Amino acid sequence: MARVPVQFRLNGEDRAEFVESGTTLLHALRDTMGDISPKGGCHQGTCGACSVIVDGELRLSCLTLAESCEGAAIETTAGLGRDGVLYPVQRAILDGFATQCGFCTPGMVMAAKALLDHTPNPTREDVIEAISGNICRCTGYEPIINAVLAAARSNSQNAG
Amino acid sequence: MSLALTTFPSAKEVSAALKQGGARYLGGGTLVVRAVNEGDIATSAYVRTNDPAMSGIDVSDGRVRIGASVTMAAIARCEDLGMIRPAAKAVGGPAIRNMATVGGNLFAAAPYGDFAVALLALDATVHCAGGDMDIDGFLASRDDLTERGIVIAVSFKIPEAGSFRFLKVSRVKPKGVSVLSLAAVIDTGANGNVSAARIALGCMADRPMRAVSAEKALSGAKLTKDGITEAVSVIGSGTEPLTDAIASAWYRSEVLPVHFGRLLLD
Repeated sequence: MARVPVQFRLNGEDRAEFVESGTTLLHALRDTMGDISPKGGCHQGTCGACSVIVDGELRLSCLTLAESCEGAAIETTAGLGRDGVLYPVQRAILDGFATQCGFCTPGMVMAAKALLDHTPNPTREDVIEAISGNICRCTGYEPIINAVLAAARSNSQNAG
Repeated sequence: MSLALTTFPSAKEVSAALKQGGARYLGGGTLVVRAVNEGDIATSAYVRTNDPAMSGIDVSDGRVRIGASVTMAAIARCEDLGMIRPAAKAVGGPAIRNMATVGGNLFAAAPYGDFAVALLALDATVHCAGGDMDIDGFLASRDDLTERGIVIAVSFKIPEAGSFRFLKVSRVKPKGVSVLSLAAVIDTGANGNVSAARIALGCMADRPMRAVSAEKALSGAKLTKDGITEAVSVIGSGTEPLTDAIASAWYRSEVLPVHFGRLLLD
């Protein structure tokens, strides 16, 4: 299989990689680039566990080809915590007991980040809509929704 | 397994490449990459194009033209397309809407393809590399690439304010796969009676279909509970709904008249 060069910015760091032509971004991140934060769940675009942000938009890395991200800025959960400080949604999920097995958590966090980047003060309905493409089968959605709202309030207070 | 991706500069060139067996057009990836991930061995290569004719939304002279590569999210954000926003927002969750394209939705098999149902009701024209087609003809022959080539854009006349209606029925809110979807453009005359109706159904066949009997029954009728009785009674004519994990064919047939009545009266 032909290998093709791909350059993009991953969590603020310029990366130049060779990937198999037609390989998914999920495989490129996990198998080639060592970022295992996006999870491979259904590979059908249904569960949202592989969610990443590409050029500011939430996308499913299992259905996105790595080559199509040439020149793009990609954000994953692995890039959110800085200098030992968790991203507010991560902190709120821990504080609010909003994770059990944790498999859905990276996708939930990215979906929440995509929401808060555009809508810093979301309503409960906004949060429900934002995570509607992400499936959780053990935590239940209420603690996650509450965590995202708590993170938004925390951001708002810090900004104030 | 990964498959090589080749990018062509124009819609005509990629259409020619698609005639080679095994190549699949890659738009947003929500159908094609999914199929490959599920083990679709019929696909041996991805092809795509960056033809600028396939991106962008143009609203002028009472018509809308939407490039085949435009995503559902872009349509939902477009202020000029407020009347069709509910149909674009009915497609998947936020990540899917950032990826799923207008062109791809035309090929989505039931229970997907909610936006294509809206386009069928809007009597859209499908602009293909090989020429223009009306959407009824396109949907009937959508798997045949030999003459038409790839889809470049869709266009439709902007309906009169309030005449376009859309309803998606699903069991999970806000995102859920369709039990069924309905779209209609219903024009009324000065006397309040229906002067023209174009009704499209999703999940009532393997692809979006017209409800021709109901359209005829609605002609001249008043949009009242009594006035729509005949149209509601024939809305299921000619349908062959699918049975899947979301709903059985029987269930879809049973609830179709109920939701059709709501589409007309709510």
